[in-house]
Amino acid sequence: MAALLDVKNLGISFGGLRAVNGFDISIEKEQLYGLIGPNGAGKTTVFNLLTGVYKPDAGKVILDGQDITGKKTIDISKAGIARTFQNIRLFSKLSVLDNVKVGLHNKHHYSTIEGILRLHGYRKVEKEMNEQAMELLKVFDLADHADYLASNLPYGQQRRLEIARALATEPKLLLLDEPAAGMNPNETGELMEMIQFVREKFHMTILLIEHDMKLVSGICEKLTVLNFGEVLAQGDTASVLNDPQVITAYLGE
Amino acid sequence: MSFISYLINGLSLGSVYAIIALGYTMVYGIAKMLNFAHGDIIMVGAYIALMSMTQAGLPPFAAVLAAVVGCTVLGVLIERIAYKPLRNASSSLAVLITAIGVSYLLQNLALLIFGANTQTFSSVIEWKGVTLADGAMSISGVTIVTIVVCIIIMAVLVTFVQKSKPGQAMRAVSEDKGAAQLMGINVNGTIALTFAIGSALAAVAGVLLCSAYPSLTPYTGAMPGIKAFVAAVFGGIGSIQGAFIGGLLLGIIEILGRAYISSQMADALVFAVLIIVLLVKPTGILGKQIQEKV
Amino acid sequence: MRDRMKKIKNMNKNTKSNLITYGIVIVAFLVMQTLISTGSISSLLEGLMVPLCIYIILAVSLNLVVGILGELSLGHAGFMCAGAFSSAFFSKCMKDVIENGTLRFILALLIGIAVAAVFGIIIGIPVLRLKGDYLAIVTLAFGEIIKNLVNVVFIGKDANGFHFSTKDVMDLNMELDGEVIVNGPQGITGTPQDSTFFIGVVLILITLFIVINLVNSRDGRAIMAIRDNRIAAESVGINITKYKLMAFTISAALAGGAGVLYAHNLSTLTANTNNFGYNMSINILVFVVLGGIGNIRGSMIAAVILTLLPEMLRGLSDYRMLIYAIVLILMMLFNWAPKSIEWREKYLSFGKKKKEAVK
Repeated sequence: MAALLDVKNLGISFGGLRAVNGFDISIEKEQLYGLIGPNGAGKTTVFNLLTGVYKPDAGKVILDGQDITGKKTIDISKAGIARTFQNIRLFSKLSVLDNVKVGLHNKHHYSTIEGILRLHGYRKVEKEMNEQAMELLKVFDLADHADYLASNLPYGQQRRLEIARALATEPKLLLLDEPAAGMNPNETGELMEMIQFVREKFHMTILLIEHDMKLVSGICEKLTVLNFGEVLAQGDTASVLNDPQVITAYLGE
Repeated sequence: MSFISYLINGLSLGSVYAIIALGYTMVYGIAKMLNFAHGDIIMVGAYIALMSMTQAGLPPFAAVLAAVVGCTVLGVLIERIAYKPLRNASSSLAVLITAIGVSYLLQNLALLIFGANTQTFSSVIEWKGVTLADGAMSISGVTIVTIVVCIIIMAVLVTFVQKSKPGQAMRAVSEDKGAAQLMGINVNGTIALTFAIGSALAAVAGVLLCSAYPSLTPYTGAMPGIKAFVAAVFGGIGSIQGAFIGGLLLGIIEILGRAYISSQMADALVFAVLIIVLLVKPTGILGKQIQEKV
Repeated sequence: MRDRMKKIKNMNKNTKSNLITYGIVIVAFLVMQTLISTGSISSLLEGLMVPLCIYIILAVSLNLVVGILGELSLGHAGFMCAGAFSSAFFSKCMKDVIENGTLRFILALLIGIAVAAVFGIIIGIPVLRLKGDYLAIVTLAFGEIIKNLVNVVFIGKDANGFHFSTKDVMDLNMELDGEVIVNGPQGITGTPQDSTFFIGVVLILITLFIVINLVNSRDGRAIMAIRDNRIAAESVGINITKYKLMAFTISAALAGGAGVLYAHNLSTLTANTNNFGYNMSINILVFVVLGGIGNIRGSMIAAVILTLLPEMLRGLSDYRMLIYAIVLILMMLFNWAPKSIEWREKYLSFGKKKKEAVK
């Protein structure tokens, strides 16, 4: 079976610095895949390359048979990649519900005129959007806070809302950038369960960047280790984590 | 020959814009605010100089000094009372609107004190200037002095900011207020100093502007203020060299436009050039490109 | 089930707030109209009613760019200028052709709005690529250019049709029977004075309807998402350029409508710094910021208070603008200074409530 995401030889330079070089990754459908590496290894840069924030100067990105190399962020979103951010990026002055509804933007349409004149299309589609958004919020245990301002949510819930918003775009591939950052062990545990639940419920393929080794080894099936912008090791979680090279580079000593 | 004299007049007007723009750009660099009242400081400076000469009978040199001192004090006071409380406001628009309020305040105070009538400014420069090419071309003393003063100010400022301790503090504060504070820099003092320098420059600009174009009203400062703001953006706001280049270019474009196209369209031309420059280089000629981190 | 109940309650709250906004406008109109018809207010105040409507429309429409889109525009008066001159030109040409005043005004209105919208698109495309203060200064530049351009336009009409010049009236080369329609710095004279308080209020209601409904729609959410976090909006597939341009253009079109009202309220239309220049743009911005950025009703109320304040202070003659300036500075400090907010939250219970309303 062809991989859902197939990346070959991806690379980018900033000034003289080769931030990512010869990056390969292949992710199967419904796989939970981890991308790890020391600080500054280029993990977030890989995410930015995959989502079109940066344009790669080398390599190819194939998503579900479609070449999305160098496309614009919004086209990549439409092609089916959604993401969260290391430093949470919510629409802070919109309600929790509206944050998710912005995620649904490209899945539901009515014209500007219909919206301003409140015609039938507006009422029908808004109703659908409300229902679908509430469904998602329920999954993430946020339904009770639907009319809170996003910025008023506590930290852990903001992280969950960001995932809900990403899922609202109905992606094929979900990229999570350090979802457990700033969480205590308890919250991390809940997050692990939730990520697994999301994969099962939505049949989602997930690539995540993470520092928390417990989380990575607990839920990821495969790992890629990045060091100085290049792939250091790749394969099943257990074997990668036991690779002496990885231990030296990443875990120290 | 006429082209060259237009060019020199343009350089002179541009020098005035550059001096104002230097103040604008320093204040913007450090306080990250568009100080809409900056133009009105020019007007206040010109009135102080004029009153010192006509009412108090001071010699021109002393009158200029009085204007500089008066504007410096005024600039620092405005910062303390109206801008400082809003430094950490949730929207940067708050201090912008307050600056507009200060601008109205200065204009209307001047209106009350000096009246709406145009006053004729007597030039502070008595030198008649030089005549070149057997009288075919003459350059007035004001024109020459303005250009020279501008170059001196620019050179002194660059040295001050690069070399002196307070200058380095200024650069540090404009880079990162919090970090500067942690390094033991007196942030409030540095910001006050910047406003003081900017306002002193505005006073000089006001005197030079009115010496060249001798009609003074409470609204005299408004348009040069906006133009200098354009010049600062044009050159890359926050950059001293940029303000200098932007000011000179703006003055030349305006005078040449007035001479060869039409006087009504000269302002439009200035703004059109600004638009074109920003579309090609979105942060101005010498501006730094800042990329948002994802 | 509980969720659904909550949703309905939520929607009602929203709708209720909007109905109050419309209600305030209608009640204010009825009260003023009664006072006018019973002759209880001065003719000076009566004459202020149409300008008041113009300011409200400008403030509400600018709020769409500043508050909802989150970009600072200092050239709003330029769009008003485009709407004013294009519609006045039309009305003057059609004065004897279309006898029906209402029909002529409606057509003029549509033309003014359309021309302003076109300017919005033409200016928006380059401007919206810029950010923050750079965007602000370029909108100011465009506003000034529009104002300067109408000052050098001469258009006349004679038996041979239209004549155009950028120099002077003589340069139009018209027959003796020719009529100057646009006379450079002298502008347009003899525009039919079709604007009334009633029309002004109707335009306010239409403006409110468009802005409020846009904000609460799919497009409005996209616009606000861009304001709150451009990068996140892009990542969920929002077309940044499209929605920025949409907000900018609709705002420009509505300002054009205000311009039409302005042009048809005066017998002579000229463009100067105070009506179509940056002074006006800045005045409108003051309404928006003082009323609470993004708060539609607030900008409406701020426009009314700040327009009436100098008139109320007229007794103080020379001091009134001075007092206006001081009041403006004090209000900004009171509303926005972190220390003042802290103090209000501590000692005044309404401080907190107000903050919520601003959202």
